[in-house]
Amino acid sequence: MPIRRRARHGSEDAATLVRRLGKLLDELRLTEAEVTVGDMRVRVQRAAPAVAAAAAPAAAGLPDPVVIVERPGNMVTVEAPMVGTFYRASSPTAEPYVREGDVVKEGQIVCIIEAMKLMNEIEAKVAGRVAKILVENGQPVEYGQALFLIEPSR
Amino acid sequence: MGIRTVVAHSKVDTHSLAVRLADESICIGPDEARGSYLNIPAIISAAELTDSEAIHPGYGFLAENAAFAEVVRACSLTFIGPSPEAIRLMGDKAQARQLAKHAGVPVVPGSEEPLKDPEEAVMLAEEIGYPVIFKAAAGGGGRGMRIVRGGSGAAEAFAACQSEAGAAFGSSEVYCEKFIERARHVEVQVIGDKHGMRVHLGERDCSVQRRHQKLIEEAPAPSLSAETRAGLHKAGLAAAAAVNYQSAGTVEFLVDDEGRYYFIEMNTRIQVEHPVTEMITGLDLIREQIRIAAGERLGYRQDDVRFRGHAIECRVNAENPVTFAPSAGRVSTWLPPGGREVRVDSHLMADYAVPPFYDSLIAKIIVRGDDRAEALTRMRRALGETVVEGVKTTIPFLQRALATDAFVEGRFTSADAADLTR
Repeated sequence: MPIRRRARHGSEDAATLVRRLGKLLDELRLTEAEVTVGDMRVRVQRAAPAVAAAAAPAAAGLPDPVVIVERPGNMVTVEAPMVGTFYRASSPTAEPYVREGDVVKEGQIVCIIEAMKLMNEIEAKVAGRVAKILVENGQPVEYGQALFLIEPSR
Repeated sequence: MGIRTVVAHSKVDTHSLAVRLADESICIGPDEARGSYLNIPAIISAAELTDSEAIHPGYGFLAENAAFAEVVRACSLTFIGPSPEAIRLMGDKAQARQLAKHAGVPVVPGSEEPLKDPEEAVMLAEEIGYPVIFKAAAGGGGRGMRIVRGGSGAAEAFAACQSEAGAAFGSSEVYCEKFIERARHVEVQVIGDKHGMRVHLGERDCSVQRRHQKLIEEAPAPSLSAETRAGLHKAGLAAAAAVNYQSAGTVEFLVDDEGRYYFIEMNTRIQVEHPVTEMITGLDLIREQIRIAAGERLGYRQDDVRFRGHAIECRVNAENPVTFAPSAGRVSTWLPPGGREVRVDSHLMADYAVPPFYDSLIAKIIVRGDDRAEALTRMRRALGETVVEGVKTTIPFLQRALATDAFVEGRFTSADAADLTR
């Protein structure tokens, strides 16, 4: 099994991410950068310097950046309740429990996590539409890792 | 050693320094230790998912849990520590006492069985000689204890201890043993490989304690006669041999004011204070543990172990230095001390939030000097340099303890500790 390196920025908060993107913007002299982490999308934008300004001394600086942080409205995340291996189906030959776009009921099994040779069925906490499956079949997952985004039905 | 590391951690420790420094990390459960650091199935799963070969249990949580060591072995992983059998034998206090006695190691004189009635309590107290202490079998941390200094009072103390034990611990079993008035807490570091080689790495004095929590440790123990020191080393090795001990372990003794020593227990793990021994022997005990677990030979004999100078460790806890109430919170500034022969083991970093879930230990400051006086001066300087802002720490208490005549003169005992922490 390939060893997985946990993405360190996986649980950074928006403020930290914005700060990092801001620095990157300066460093690479970009005008815009956007990154999606889990269910959060962060975009940092800076008005392009006018042609005349480009020739001005560096001290004039760049325009203040515009920061946009978006979280998809009312998405519910299904998190791994234990460390283990994520499987989308009950066996290698079976159909996946759910696919993106499927509508699930509250309590419906959405995947299994194998831990210590035990298959643990994981249920959806809410009824809704599976907006995104965030992990690959057979991938190791850690406690609290986001597995699915569900858009609740009203 | 060139070994890749994986840290298994709880949710709150996701941003800890250990996670930052490890090659890989894996979250195994929630903040509460029961669901994470004490969760054996989650730890084994994490080891399997990351293709780990061995598990080091650290010095808390499951480090002295025989069942955990057994599960690790059953899952074809290597437990970096002693055998489950050795952990189990030494984990049962009554059994450990018997083992030590049979190995010719002196134990504190006392009752072998729980006392039946007040008459037996009085008889035994007189046989042992006052002062004596009555202890609840299920007690700990100084609770459920009664000291009787002589004449009458043994019967009453027994009855009081018994009812208190029944109410507090659900078991009214009470033992009686000799109370050592001005005791020093001295422990012997032993280390053994899987090929029958076993040596001691000297002793440590850990007499500065509060409620059985060690606060300052030093090596070698000051003011011991050559005879007592040699006797302690021999007794430590005998206790380790009684359980065929194969890793780093510590045999704890009480030493009275006449230099007599008594076995209290064996810690079947690496201890918080192991750096003081590392400082004077030049050995890396964690490295030794890993080598031994991998089946390597110790590669040195008793005569090869050299002791160089004197080392002192101070434990800095996130606690109020007067009331010792835990002080969790965000550390805004952290300036560790530095310089020659100063070592700091800490997981602190600026902006780190000390979580309220675990131990309050935030840093260990260890110094070495060519002699005790030099080490003591260096420690005072190091503590003075240390800056921790955002949480309260026990540094002022440590400075007070180091300044006492008893500590300076190397004759600090349990009685001084009681005075200091009152």
